[in-house]
Amino acid sequence: MRAADALMESLKAEGVKHVFGIPGGANLPTYDALVDAEFRHIQVRHEQGGGHAAEGYAKASGKVGVAFATSGPGATNLVTAIADAMLDSVPTVFITGQVRTELIGTDGFQEADILGATLPFVKHSFAVTDPRQIPEYVHEAFHVASTGRPGPVLLDIPQDLSRADIEYEPRTEPVELAGYKPPSEPNIKQVRIAAKAIANARKPVLYTGGGVVNANASEELRELVAADRFPVTSTVMGLGSYPASGENWLGMLGMHGTRAANYAMDEADLIVAIGARFDDRITGKLSEFAPHAKFIHIDVDPAEISKNVPAHIPIVGDAKLVLPALTREYRALQTDGSRLDAWWKKIKAWQDEYPLGYEPGKDGEIKPQFMIQAMHRATGGDAIVTSDVGQHQMWAAQYYGFEKPRRWINSGGLGTMGFGLPAAVGAKVACPDDTVVCLAGDGSLIMNCQELATCVSQDIPVKVFLMNNGYMGMVRQWQELFWDRRYSAVEMGPSPDWVKLAEAFGATGMRCEDSADLEETMVKALETDGPVLLDVRVSPEENCFPMIPAGAAARDMVG
Amino acid sequence: MEAGTPQVVKLEELRVPGQLSGRKHILSILVENKPGVLARVAGLFSRRGFNIDTLAVGPTDDPSISRITLTLDGAVHPIDQVTKQLHKLVNVLKIRDMEPEETVAREMAMFKVSAAVENRAEIIQFADIFRAKIVDVSRRSMTIEVTGSADKIEAFERMIRPHGLIEMVRTGEIAIARGAD
Repeated sequence: MRAADALMESLKAEGVKHVFGIPGGANLPTYDALVDAEFRHIQVRHEQGGGHAAEGYAKASGKVGVAFATSGPGATNLVTAIADAMLDSVPTVFITGQVRTELIGTDGFQEADILGATLPFVKHSFAVTDPRQIPEYVHEAFHVASTGRPGPVLLDIPQDLSRADIEYEPRTEPVELAGYKPPSEPNIKQVRIAAKAIANARKPVLYTGGGVVNANASEELRELVAADRFPVTSTVMGLGSYPASGENWLGMLGMHGTRAANYAMDEADLIVAIGARFDDRITGKLSEFAPHAKFIHIDVDPAEISKNVPAHIPIVGDAKLVLPALTREYRALQTDGSRLDAWWKKIKAWQDEYPLGYEPGKDGEIKPQFMIQAMHRATGGDAIVTSDVGQHQMWAAQYYGFEKPRRWINSGGLGTMGFGLPAAVGAKVACPDDTVVCLAGDGSLIMNCQELATCVSQDIPVKVFLMNNGYMGMVRQWQELFWDRRYSAVEMGPSPDWVKLAEAFGATGMRCEDSADLEETMVKALETDGPVLLDVRVSPEENCFPMIPAGAAARDMVG
Repeated sequence: MEAGTPQVVKLEELRVPGQLSGRKHILSILVENKPGVLARVAGLFSRRGFNIDTLAVGPTDDPSISRITLTLDGAVHPIDQVTKQLHKLVNVLKIRDMEPEETVAREMAMFKVSAAVENRAEIIQFADIFRAKIVDVSRRSMTIEVTGSADKIEAFERMIRPHGLIEMVRTGEIAIARGAD
């Protein structure tokens, strides 16, 4: 069998149903084999879009996302998506064409050392040097991408090798890699110690992150929270694992988190970190982070434990297994829950004193926060929401109120502007029966707006709700607050006309400039067939508050 | 109650171990002998801001496995974090943080020194004291091979430098555990 056909068979054997990509010279054999493949290929308009679509697909479904690109520029266009998948631990497999073996190292046409270029931010990568490796490498790539702490895996295949003839046999046996043993079961002794420490805590906080989503451990988290009314907060990556309507919910923590969440971290005596990695957007000034707390750190990646904040009780393991064990051990201690009364009283006082809020818009002005609330009502709070990066992302995290995991898809670690639309493409392909809304910023959307063509030509009806304030809003906010309002290269100006742009792509374009019409217009957009871009004109210079200024401590929140 | 699990865990009694050991560490790393593995290891160090003091790479008794021996300063780098990051590389099979008392460590160096005829006796004497070998002689220079611990090589360098050190080449340390283990 031709190696390229064996590649298709190997992908099928891994359960692949959808692939995103663009053909080119070096992956012509792959695309020839694709004609007869039994899965759907979504032809995107830029490889970065294909990469983010694979991420959106993976984040929405929990399955491995796959993207193809050709050699050289095709492969380097994937780089941002690969780095993004690394920082957000997204199970993805990227398959790039490479120039013919005899040309490697000669600076041949469209040659780039994509393996070398991506070494710092792949979970693993394979350079195929013998066509017979392809089935085995594909099997290993999917295993590495999807187990332990998930991440991106790159497979680079020279053009001539994918044309070679090989014997193909499906690889179904469990993968054995001598240097890769992801942990699963936690050390029960550590779990017991953790349960006892929690039993002695007077001011505990559960600090959860994207690891809970990746482990599909939302139910298990809810059970732990229910064991004793533990206050629970989350990073931007973990939203939805615990429902925003849940009574123990403190809101998101970190730079644009709620005061209640950040103050609780600041005063906590015990912080239980679950699948979270103490990023600088969470800790602020590290030396003043949670100064009274001891730390239990639960993570499937041992290298995250004590990387930024030393853990008193480290627990390496899959949250799906650790959390039930912890809940069980904790319940067995039959601790008196009333010890948390004083702590809750204090937290409730913060919540009452510092709720999230904003000045309502006057005369039909659409406040961005209002836009998120309208979006929540229009979608029944149950859409899959993808976002770009910036103010709109933070407002969505603050105001949308996610009730379930895998409903909030954003670029948290790398902070990639232009992520939202292609991620929505991937999410909609993964979950065709769900409403998928891309909440975009005008600074971000332009960066990958070409994927509107993908939506139209491939019949992927995503709804883009554009929060248009005419600025790269978050950068503008920083320039206003910390750089004496010397605005530098943040105005977006009148271009493009988004409605016309949508129409030029063959999508439906709509605009809303009056808060009274907003919800109704959103409903109309959701009910309109096919892809829709709704250009919502919001207050241009609204700031996203509250905020911990960069390098400051949680108790120094402003706004 | 199972042994080893304390009855009560008081928060105020919880401690974190120190992150910095304060001494030199020799890491003996077994890796798959595949293209790009050294780049992955070296890249990890530079990306995470860890400084490698010395690095030696060579085959093992198994042709599919290579050994990377590297030394780094535990006074500035949390060794635990370094090894945990290394373990995340799929091609890294085993890492051993060699215990100084349980380890034989050796490095080889070659020193090219300017050696006029009148200085030669003294240089040869130094070489004898250090059990070094003279491996090349020319009209104006001598090349001396020294094998030993890094300390010994550095001591020899201090002795020989005043005579006019033209060039020095060092291999970086390699190490093996003492005993049958």
